[in-house]
Amino acid sequence: MAKTLYDKIWDSHVVEETETGECLIYIDRHLVQEVSSPQAFQGLRDAGRKVHRPTASLAMPDHAMPTTPDRLHKIDDPEARAQLAALIEYTNEFEVPYIELADRRQGIVHIVGPEQGFTLPGTTLVCGDSHTSTHGALGALAFGIGTSEIEHVLATQCHIMRKSKTLRVTIDGALPLGVTAKDMALAVIAELGTAGGTGHAIEYAGEAIRSLSMEGRMTLCNLTIEAGARSGMVSPDDITFAYIKGRPYAPSGDDWERAVGYWRSLATDPDAVFEQEVVVKGEDIAPRVTWGTSPEDSVPITATIPKPEDFADPDKRKAVERSLEYMGLTPGVALQDLQIDRVFIGSCTNGRIEDMRAAAAIAKGRKVADGVGAMVVPGSGLVKQQAEEEGLDVILRDAGFEWREPGCSMCVGINPDRIDAGQRCASTSNRNFEGRQGRGGRTHLVSPGMAAAAAVTGHLADVRDLN
Amino acid sequence: MEKFSVLTGVTAPMPMVNVDTDMIMPKQFLKTIKRTGLGISVFYDMRYDETEAERPEFILNQDAYRNSKILIAGRNFGCGSSREHAPWGLLDFGFRCMIAPSFADIFYNNCFKNGILCITLSEEQVEALTAQADGSDFTVDLEKMEITAPDGSVTPFDLDPTRRHNMLNGLDDIALTLERLDKIKAFEAKQQAEQPWLYT
Repeated sequence: MAKTLYDKIWDSHVVEETETGECLIYIDRHLVQEVSSPQAFQGLRDAGRKVHRPTASLAMPDHAMPTTPDRLHKIDDPEARAQLAALIEYTNEFEVPYIELADRRQGIVHIVGPEQGFTLPGTTLVCGDSHTSTHGALGALAFGIGTSEIEHVLATQCHIMRKSKTLRVTIDGALPLGVTAKDMALAVIAELGTAGGTGHAIEYAGEAIRSLSMEGRMTLCNLTIEAGARSGMVSPDDITFAYIKGRPYAPSGDDWERAVGYWRSLATDPDAVFEQEVVVKGEDIAPRVTWGTSPEDSVPITATIPKPEDFADPDKRKAVERSLEYMGLTPGVALQDLQIDRVFIGSCTNGRIEDMRAAAAIAKGRKVADGVGAMVVPGSGLVKQQAEEEGLDVILRDAGFEWREPGCSMCVGINPDRIDAGQRCASTSNRNFEGRQGRGGRTHLVSPGMAAAAAVTGHLADVRDLN
Repeated sequence: MEKFSVLTGVTAPMPMVNVDTDMIMPKQFLKTIKRTGLGISVFYDMRYDETEAERPEFILNQDAYRNSKILIAGRNFGCGSSREHAPWGLLDFGFRCMIAPSFADIFYNNCFKNGILCITLSEEQVEALTAQADGSDFTVDLEKMEITAPDGSVTPFDLDPTRRHNMLNGLDDIALTLERLDKIKAFEAKQQAEQPWLYT
């Protein structure tokens, strides 16, 4: 029978299936960070349990870490220090491989996993973070889990779940100039709604996906959770294999050819059937921006702020009224007329080398507008190093952007990088929820080029006008 | 995990859609390395103003609802982040049961791992029950799989049989899975032969 990529990975990882359909799924790879894991290790310690297979995990600090240059000897927040100390202590006690803060490989788990070749096609990968969907870009089945589930994975190397339904999102046609994977993702979330993918595993297919780089595919898969689906994936192809080859954890020698042969067999069969299909025309996607407090609230940058009465559903209308009030917006106003205070470029969504290049391309020869604070946070130490080798840091600094150390930073606001109440931020992150980037802060999600365009113009701007 | 059979208590209505886990437990409370003590922070921004004073209009700040054990909310409750701090906070506040037309997947799982029962009902059923959430007691019976509202009306609900069994008996997933260690090891041996690169 014809199978999807999801079916193939699922079927090859079932350790046991109960009569009720609940399955014990083997987990090949587990990423660990300091915010969601200490309580899981504590649980193991309290129960006298050990980690079943320590080398299947890889730990590093990312969420709560400052991004200032002096962070190796200065973390002001005692709670962040305690989380870091706990991660070090527990990974040492349970012999889980750990990338320390001082290591140049350190960064956001979802940037580092693929970068190290830790994420491989055909694997199951989990992490205590909802943006684990990122890793599906490499043809892995990857999804976020909670802390109790982390404890279960550490103790058993398995996860308990039911098979998801499948949903294929096909994006055909070529993307217009200035349109990125971020815009594709925002368009897909707007189409599906923030709960449209709940209970589903999404596979992205079509010409526009095939022509995306790995970085672009990771951005797209990363945002899958914002449509409610825990995992988003792309069938592995030559672009995937070229990206993986030579990375530290990737197979080498004879194993390489064998692995590629296996990975090729994973692609969704041409006549496989998905339970749901959605088609989006690539050529119709424009650079997008969110106006509300749900990632589904996005429109093309050329649009105006919507009116609550534009929404038929009464619950959504009520939510829109609340969002507009929180965001300080008036219906009918052009998005490009909104002045901004802050710009954040980074995160597991857009903290990769291509994102740094896109920001620098707009920043080059321009200056950050007066009164705007703009920050660029590379997703990992290796992204930072490469950007510096390419001179991108100099371009960005010359334009007036801050160039920081790697971490989650202002995407989640657990570390000191936050926006103030009432401030408006053009952000390449993934969530525009109330208070996400700082209490009372107003987030507009955009691509890196659009964020840089906002920084240099001082308002939300159409990147196509600056290219 | 504490067993769950019959729960009687006040139901707090929160008729909002897409309540995300950042709303349930904002970022500043994710820095604890414990599972307890988060009840005071649950729904923080909606519950307290900038001076940390209670907002009287917020449901859980009203005397009739301060000891709520059941929350009845709008669709897609718990969307967003995987933070288990959200259910830890709800549990620490005193909630043992969530009722909504739909839940986000990760949040739903996290609740069950902590002994919080999530019940999915139709929009109409949720609306009807919300109308009765005036501070009187509701009873949720997991044995019988039914909710009794203050007016005595009974609403049946469905639940995955495994989840129900584990909740009723307070079973620990890890202990259950470790009983299958031989199967896990057999899986690993087979996979290692086929994909040795995953074991280097």
